[in-house]
Order: sequence, then C-alpha cells, then structure tokens
Amino acid sequence: MLPLIFVLPLVQLIVLVNAATMDMKNISVTVADKDLSSTSRLLISKLEASPFFKLEDLALSKEEAIERIQDNKTDVVIFIPHNMESDFNREGNAKLQIITDAIDASKAQLSFGYLSNIVRGLNLEISIEQQLLTDVKQIKSEALYWFNPNLNYKYYMLPAIMAILLTIIGMFLTALNLVREKEIGTAEQINVTPIKKSHFIIGKLVPFLIIGLFELTLALTLSKIIYDLPINGNLLVLYAFAFVYLLAVLGIGLFISTQSQTQQQVMMISFFFLLVFVLLSGAFTSVDNMPVLAQELNRLNPLYYFMNVIRMVLIKGAGFRDIMVEFGSTLLIACITVPLAVFSYRKTS
Amino acid sequence: MIEFKNIHKSFEDVHAVDGVSLNIEEGELFGFIGPDGAGKTTLFRMLNSLLIPDEGEISLFGLDPVKEYKKVRQIIGYMPGKFSLYYDLSIEENLQFFATVFGTTIEANYHLIEDIYKQIEPFKNRPAGKLSGGMKQKLALSCALIHKPRLLLLDEPTTGVDAVSRREFWEMLQKLKEKGITIVVSTPYMDEAGLCDRVALMQNGKIHAVAPPSEIVAQFSDPLYSIKVENNYKSLQALRQWEHCENVYPFGETLHYLDKRNDVDGKDIEAYLSSQQLVFDHVELIQPDIEDCFIALTHKVG
Repeated sequence: MLPLIFVLPLVQLIVLVNAATMDMKNISVTVADKDLSSTSRLLISKLEASPFFKLEDLALSKEEAIERIQDNKTDVVIFIPHNMESDFNREGNAKLQIITDAIDASKAQLSFGYLSNIVRGLNLEISIEQQLLTDVKQIKSEALYWFNPNLNYKYYMLPAIMAILLTIIGMFLTALNLVREKEIGTAEQINVTPIKKSHFIIGKLVPFLIIGLFELTLALTLSKIIYDLPINGNLLVLYAFAFVYLLAVLGIGLFISTQSQTQQQVMMISFFFLLVFVLLSGAFTSVDNMPVLAQELNRLNPLYYFMNVIRMVLIKGAGFRDIMVEFGSTLLIACITVPLAVFSYRKTS
Repeated sequence: MIEFKNIHKSFEDVHAVDGVSLNIEEGELFGFIGPDGAGKTTLFRMLNSLLIPDEGEISLFGLDPVKEYKKVRQIIGYMPGKFSLYYDLSIEENLQFFATVFGTTIEANYHLIEDIYKQIEPFKNRPAGKLSGGMKQKLALSCALIHKPRLLLLDEPTTGVDAVSRREFWEMLQKLKEKGITIVVSTPYMDEAGLCDRVALMQNGKIHAVAPPSEIVAQFSDPLYSIKVENNYKSLQALRQWEHCENVYPFGETLHYLDKRNDVDGKDIEAYLSSQQLVFDHVELIQPDIEDCFIALTHKVG
C-alpha cells in the first residue's frame, strides 16, 4: 500500500500528462502530386517545414495514396490535381483535396485546421508575388493566449491529473479500507465495542485526509520540478479547497463501502462514479460544449468544482473570492456525504 | 442470569433460530453443542447486540441487548468464530487498541489475562497476521478479556486448533470461570461438551436438551452396542434393513447400534449378522457418551 501511494502520483504525472496531450506533432502526410508545378512544389516544401507534419511519401496516384490510409500508414492525403497551377493562373481559382482519417475525430479536425492554415499562407504568398508587392488590403487578426501564452497543453492537463489523483485516493482507498474490515471480520469485533459510530467514521476519515493532502503536495512538487508548472495563485486557497473536496469524496467513498459487502462491489461502484465524475468534470473536454443535461449534472459533481478551482488557482492566479461558488457547492456536498456515511453505517443488523 | 424467551430469527427463507428458550446462570460455563448451521452463531450475535431477534426477548443480567446495547457492549467479551483482530497490528498493539476502545488500560486488568498473555508475550512485536492458530486464539481471548467483561462469549473458539492447544484452552476457561466470569461457548466438538457445567444440544435452530453433560448421558436408557465388523458399509446397510433396528451409525472404526427392543441380547445381533453372511469381530454393550446422546436426540426429532 505504501509504495502505491508514492508510485501512483509519479506514474500519473509522468505518463498520463504526456499521453493525454492534445498537441499534434508528426501527423503523417502523403501527397499525390499530379500537377508537378512550382506551386505544388512550394506547398510541399511548406509542409516539410512545418513541425506538425511529417511528409511520408509522394504517391503516384490518388488511389495509391488512399490505399495508404486504408493500411493505417498515413493520416492525411493531399491530392493535387493535374492542372492546379494553370487553373489558378487562368481563372484565379484552383482546387486541391484533403482527405483525413477521421477514426480519431479530434486529430482529423486538428490536422485539417493546420493544413488550411498552410494553404492560406500559400495563397497569400502567391497573391503578393503576382501583384508585385502592391499593398494588399486585408484584416489581420492576432491572437493573445492569456494565462497560457505558449498554449502549453501540459499546464492544462497537470491540474486535471492532480484532481483525479486526489479523487482516487479519497474515494477508492477509504471505500476499500472499510469494506476490507468487513471482509476479514474486524468490523464484527469493532461493532461489539462501545465505540461510537461517528468516532469510527472520523477514525476512517482523518488518515485519508492527511494522505490526500500529502499526495497533493507531492504532485505539486513533482509538477514544479518536472514540468515547471506555474503556481500563480495562493496555495493556501488551493489547500483549503482540497480539504473540503477530500471530505466530500471521502464521504462518498465511505458511503459506498457501508452499502457494500465485498471489495469487488466497492470497486465496481467506485469505478462507475469515478468515470462519471472524470468525464463530466471537463478534465479532457470543455464543459461548455456538453449538453445541458450534463452541465446540470455537473452541479452534483464535486470533481467539476475541483477541476475549475485547481486550474483557476494554479494557472490564472485566482484568489478565494473567485472560487466562492465552487467552495460553497463543494462544502454543501461534503455536508451531505459525510453525515450520510455516518448514518448509513450500521453496527447492528 | 441470562434468559432467552422464545427467540426466533430468519434470514430470507432460512429459519436460523426457531423458538429458543433457556436460562444461563451467572458464573456458569455453558456450552452450545451442535453441528455447523445449527444456529449457534446467530444466537450469539443476538445475545451480543449485533443482530435483532425477529421475535422473543433476551435478558442479559437484566439488560435488553436491543434497547440497552450500549451497556451490553460494555460487559460482554466477544470472540467471533473467525479470527478478527487487526492483522497488521502487533500482539501488543491489538491489545492496547482494544483496551483503549473500551476506555481501560492493559495494566488495570492485567491480572485477568496474565496466564494467557504470558504465553504469547515473547512474540508481542509480531503482527497478528503472522501468528499460528493457537497463538491467534490466545490473543483473541486476551483482547476479549481486557475490559473485564461479566460475560465471555466464545463462538467456536477451538475450531481449527490442534488437540493440545484445545485442551490448554479449556483449562484456561476453567480458570476464568473460577474468577467469576460467566462463560458461554459454542462448539461442534462433542468431546468438549463434557467440560461444560451444562450444555444445550442444538440442531436446525432448535434446542433439543439442556442439562449437565453427565445427566444427558444418564438419561440415555436404551442399550447401546458397539459392533466391530469387517465390512462397515455392507453391515450398515444390512442392519438398517433389520426390522428391530432403531438406529445404526458409524463411530470411529466401529458401528454403534440401537435396538427397538429393550431386552435385546448381543447374541441376537450376532445371529442376525451371521444370517446375513457378514463377518464380525465382536458385539458388546457399551456406555453411551455425549455424542451418542446427541445423535439419539436428533434422530428422534428428525
């Protein structure tokens, strides 16, 4: 158990953060160039220069390129038809085709976006060249990415992984601990002692509360060392919230274990809750894009609040005033789950 | 005094305890004897306030385990059938823990457990999970005694313990009884019944007899024969089909036989066995022991 407590956060932080990245690199591209003109060559050289793409191969025909998608050898096919350059010069309008493998929808969308950008750049370059540098009128937009100027995806994922880690510690370990006592029979021995139910439950809460806060500290330290995670907010605010959050999930974990007889049951139910909590919380996807029902359900999801708070405090530098709503909601959940665990624990049957 | 008045308890479709009424005197060493599934554990768990009876009343030194469970838990030392102390705590830590939970200290009641604890004290830093069966049992008994209970409730304490440890354990119980503690013990072993002041024979949730072991044996008036034969199984079959046979069952290496007639002679049985072409060594009249009584009682009821 003890090594698990140390190894779990380390593995999660190192493996998961890198695995869960949404940054696209090395998208494999196959170009079927039927035009073989200077424009098509310009496009290919731009692809080669981009860090996102890896030019896999030049196919001789569209069919051959598509076959490569079928065989999972390439992600994107660019088909440049026979007279793209001459069409462009004659009619000021030419077409090329981009085919993406949309098994992984987000990857397909992203690579399409990157490619569109490259083509747009190409267009601009050609028009500037042809109009011999007369001033081109256009509206240019410039994006500023606040709080994460380099769009470092790890800064987005690290707090999420920490929040999930604390949930696992809080919910799984406590739930397993109490039901294990039932399984090996120590609960029976404890039940015939004069110990009060509330004392017993508090005895189960406190150690995991301490372990949880310790894990948070460990995860923060590791993130700072390994990834140089910015800590812009007040850590005290984060710890105060984490304390309340742990109470809420510990209550849920204990409640699950009072209702279960075996460790298998506890595992099944905890997994169910963990999956729902994580997927709804916005750890990987934006909550704003979810259906209204899911957004409403998130009001009951303590992890949703924690996910918001940990990102806001660490990245945005939010203070206590900014997280009042989340704090209040989580406190309310804790005020329900902990007494629920106490009252549902039965010494007599 | 402990009183059971018409206690019933069912689990779904199983009638685990079916109308049990009996009294146990203070200071008595009382045994519940019966096979697995007789309802002994269920009865114990109702006495120690872990289960609520469907029907009937229990009075434990004037306390009701349902309503006054808090007081009941203070005066009971319960040792469940399955070893249920903390495996990762050492002997000393377990004892310390249970003393604290009951609001007392090891020192305050050390005199009660001294004889038992001394035997395991050399290993007091060893985790309870790594102890042998006999040592676990001694530790469990120490933990059940540490708060000086008035009633010691032992659920099959000797199951899975070797013969020497079992004898030692019963010697310890005798000593505790001398200290004025009421002891209620359940066991599936008939030979242990003889060591109790009084026993209750229990089967299928019912009590068949409550009496001192000697009295139970004395009540057994029918002549009982021990028959040593060459082929136990064939002889058993043949005797069962005999019209005079009341009951016959294997008992160790021999068969025990009860006849319907009161004046039956060993010669009659020998003659019958010969007529069935069965080879026998001897047929002799013997004194029944408690196990024979138990089988006879359950046979009559069944």
